[in-house]
Amino acid sequence: MSPKSLTRGAVFTVALVTLPLFGLEHWVLNLLIFTLMYAAMASAWNLVGGFAGYPSLGHAAFFGFGAYFVGLWFQHHPITSGFEPFLVLPLAGLAAAVIGIPIAWIAMRTRADVFAIVTITLLFVAQTLAFNLNSWTGGAQGLGLPSPPFALEHFEWPFYYAMLVLLLVSLLITFLSMGSKVGLALDAIRADEDKAIGVGVQVQGVKVVAFAVSVGLVSMVGGVWAYYETFIYPQFAFDPIITIGMVLMTFLGGRATLWGPVVGAFILVPGQQYLAYRLGGSQFYLIAYSVVFLLIMLLMPRGVLPTIADRLRRRSRIQASAGPQPPGGSPPLAPEAPLTLQAPQGGQA
Amino acid sequence: MTALLEVKDARKAFGGVRAVDGCSLSVEKGSITALIGPNGSGKTTLFNLITGYLKADGGSFVFNGRDVTGSDAGRLYRQGLTRTFQQARVFPHMSVLENLVVAGGYSMRQLLSTRVSSQDRERAAALLDEFRMTHVGDLQASELSYGQRKLLEFAAVLMSKPSLVLLDEPTAGVNPIMIETMERHIRERNEAGVTFLVVEHDMQFVMRLCDPVVVLDNGREIFTGHPADVQQNAMVLDAYLGT
Repeated sequence: MSPKSLTRGAVFTVALVTLPLFGLEHWVLNLLIFTLMYAAMASAWNLVGGFAGYPSLGHAAFFGFGAYFVGLWFQHHPITSGFEPFLVLPLAGLAAAVIGIPIAWIAMRTRADVFAIVTITLLFVAQTLAFNLNSWTGGAQGLGLPSPPFALEHFEWPFYYAMLVLLLVSLLITFLSMGSKVGLALDAIRADEDKAIGVGVQVQGVKVVAFAVSVGLVSMVGGVWAYYETFIYPQFAFDPIITIGMVLMTFLGGRATLWGPVVGAFILVPGQQYLAYRLGGSQFYLIAYSVVFLLIMLLMPRGVLPTIADRLRRRSRIQASAGPQPPGGSPPLAPEAPLTLQAPQGGQA
Repeated sequence: MTALLEVKDARKAFGGVRAVDGCSLSVEKGSITALIGPNGSGKTTLFNLITGYLKADGGSFVFNGRDVTGSDAGRLYRQGLTRTFQQARVFPHMSVLENLVVAGGYSMRQLLSTRVSSQDRERAAALLDEFRMTHVGDLQASELSYGQRKLLEFAAVLMSKPSLVLLDEPTAGVNPIMIETMERHIRERNEAGVTFLVVEHDMQFVMRLCDPVVVLDNGREIFTGHPADVQQNAMVLDAYLGT
């Protein structure tokens, strides 16, 4: 674990943990909750869509699953302290992961565009089920949850911190897998899956586990969302826009990077809200939103973070070749460099 | 000598094209067997069948005394049968070292340890040393020359300590000095007990290195024998030159 990434993570965590203490207005907190929600989901999606290179468009099915899981659970269980739904989340995540395993096992036999189509089908199947299993889900009438008994003053806090915890868990899982041999296996699968099979990577196992973990996280996010909304409908819980959101943010920030999805979410969610506010009423904001997105993708096709990292690397190379350097010279700034250079030799320091 | 690999009556058709059509061959333990034949004779398809990249329509495959018909590439790799590709296939955005480590196995212990565990690193470093690539170990594989990439791919498949390595045109597109290097490494490894099956178009390379030579034509073996005899065989000449 390099000190640099440790500091970055610590600063990020501390900043977001303390943010609500500054007495932000309700609408700001509301916006932050949705930003964190998308950041957490994009980060989870990144495990499959970024690292494994499987562009799932079906993740919103698991978002909706988590939402209805929590919703249905509290049809029969009372809420007293108000924190019970958060305690049920791990269960929702686990259930989604278990369901995700056979789905991944089958769907991940296809690749790239076919996989995208297979998974988006899953989303619409799930939505149709939610509409039609009336006795369970209430169908188009929607499903109500008990309203959260939190004081109005700090009403958003529990949701804010729940989303934050899910984001941090998602980032931690990403970070740990990047530093382990699982990360190496995922890189190999993304680069050349057939070759990866030929050098002994257990591709099916790695892919399926990545998918299960990813959809488990997304399902938990869905659970928090349902409780925050208190009333859920199939068309919003199983919304293609949610899937598209995760994908766009990850692409924008940088696929298969730790911070890319977070950067993407922090640009797109507030950006969309800001544009909706400035150009509100009309649907112009959607056009402006897509213009922002297209511009960034035009100028930084690989995503914001990889492009910036490349520029920095190039600059440091130019400096290294121009100016005098300490003996040994500075090696090119590869993101993996700190990880490959240290080999823990038994015992702990 | 005993056969390490035994292929019997292998068949594979793509639509109406019978790429491999009742081919049988055996590879003796400790040999460097060449597989030659004119373009389109089914060499690469046969390679793909043997290594589990394609499912055969028929026939049986026995490796190391075990029936491996229908096994996939991953399982064969773990049993010690591995290959390189005609177009060197390495992972371009990984370091040279990682390209070796990625082929170094996935036990639970390895999965839970760091990206490059000390154990993996040790084995990879030994291979880099053997292939005189230590100085490029931290470069990205995409920064290597094509010849070096071929060497790297070869080195990587040795991470699993295989007993049989299939090389698909190891010298294609590689400069003469690299060809010598490649030849030396194959010889060294062969002396250390690794068996090779080599598809190659460079006949001088085949004649120097391989024995026996199997000639394939129209998806079927038409000759097996010493390299010196191949050049005199009428059927082989006919297949290559067409009289």
